[in-house]
Amino acid sequence: MAIFSVYVVNKAGGLIYHLDSYAPRAEAEKTFSYPLDLLLKLHDERVLVAFGQRDGIRVGHAVLAINGKDVNGKYTADGKEVLEYLGNPANYPVSVRFGRPRLTSNEKLMLASMFHSLFAIGSQLSPEQGSSGIEMLETDTFKLHCFQTLTGIKFVVLADPRQAGIDSLLRKIYEIYSDFALKNPFYSLEMPIRCELFEQNLKLALEVAEKAGTFGPGS
Amino acid sequence: MTVHNLYLFDRNGVCLHYSEWHRKKQAGISKEEEFKLMYGMLFSIRSFVSKMSPLDMKDGFLAFQTSRYKLHYYETPTGIKVVMNTDLGVGPIRDVLHHIYSALYVELVVKNPLCPLGQTVQSELFRSRLDSYIRSLPFFSARAG
Repeated sequence: MAIFSVYVVNKAGGLIYHLDSYAPRAEAEKTFSYPLDLLLKLHDERVLVAFGQRDGIRVGHAVLAINGKDVNGKYTADGKEVLEYLGNPANYPVSVRFGRPRLTSNEKLMLASMFHSLFAIGSQLSPEQGSSGIEMLETDTFKLHCFQTLTGIKFVVLADPRQAGIDSLLRKIYEIYSDFALKNPFYSLEMPIRCELFEQNLKLALEVAEKAGTFGPGS
Repeated sequence: MTVHNLYLFDRNGVCLHYSEWHRKKQAGISKEEEFKLMYGMLFSIRSFVSKMSPLDMKDGFLAFQTSRYKLHYYETPTGIKVVMNTDLGVGPIRDVLHHIYSALYVELVVKNPLCPLGQTVQSELFRSRLDSYIRSLPFFSARAG
């Protein structure tokens, strides 16, 4: 399972489709007694760890669940504020689950637009003539592949760094887009894609690519 | 296989050093603006990557490539960023960038009491050593292309 997500960005930079196909979440659940030896802070409607890395809990991880019940932003499932709840010694011992926060839809929209701009800047700063924008971005945990069509639509795939065959997958996604989104008479250009056949065929194509592609352990 | 150019930034965005070997297209803006744009792009890419990553990152952003060039990136914990543009045939060169930082920048600039930090490096020794190091790299060919 090595393809993490697929994004489709229109020519204005807006996100018109996103799919999270696999999200490996590094989460850690621990039972704590008062006082909590981590420093928590409120950031962007989430409670994040600001200081105190230990046992799989890293700085930047968010509080995902308290006593097994998922938290809702900065409030617990019962509607109390998380920071207040964890500041009250009467609630201890408490079991808290930390992990990387999932991206909200809004954040995905912002990141897609950010990538759209970075793509263009990559082409502008090129030391060679005739360069395209960023086609492949590499980090130690994932590789981002981007294919821009002649009409300005960008297909972005995030995958495991060892996953092969993403270039042909990107062309295949373009084919699926033109078959099931563009040929759909109820779909308007540059608008969010809400076509069931598009999603079904995309998931099939991802499965095929994952089986054919990866040459590493843990596939 | 060749190296196009090299940038060195500090944690505040000041361009400490820039040199080019084979650059066919200028950016169309002044050098100052280009340094700011490059720094801004790298800053945004780092933030983008830390949000998008499905797992906790250790080294972070490593490189990106377009249809014509590849940009390699190395950042130290003190915020010094080494950025090298090469052509597409070059593989991972993190150790080369680390060597530029540790054996050239730290040895010749940081340890030099007459080199003020936080501004463009004036040291001629640093410039010439860096130039000869780059020219000695296996993926550098004197003929552009």
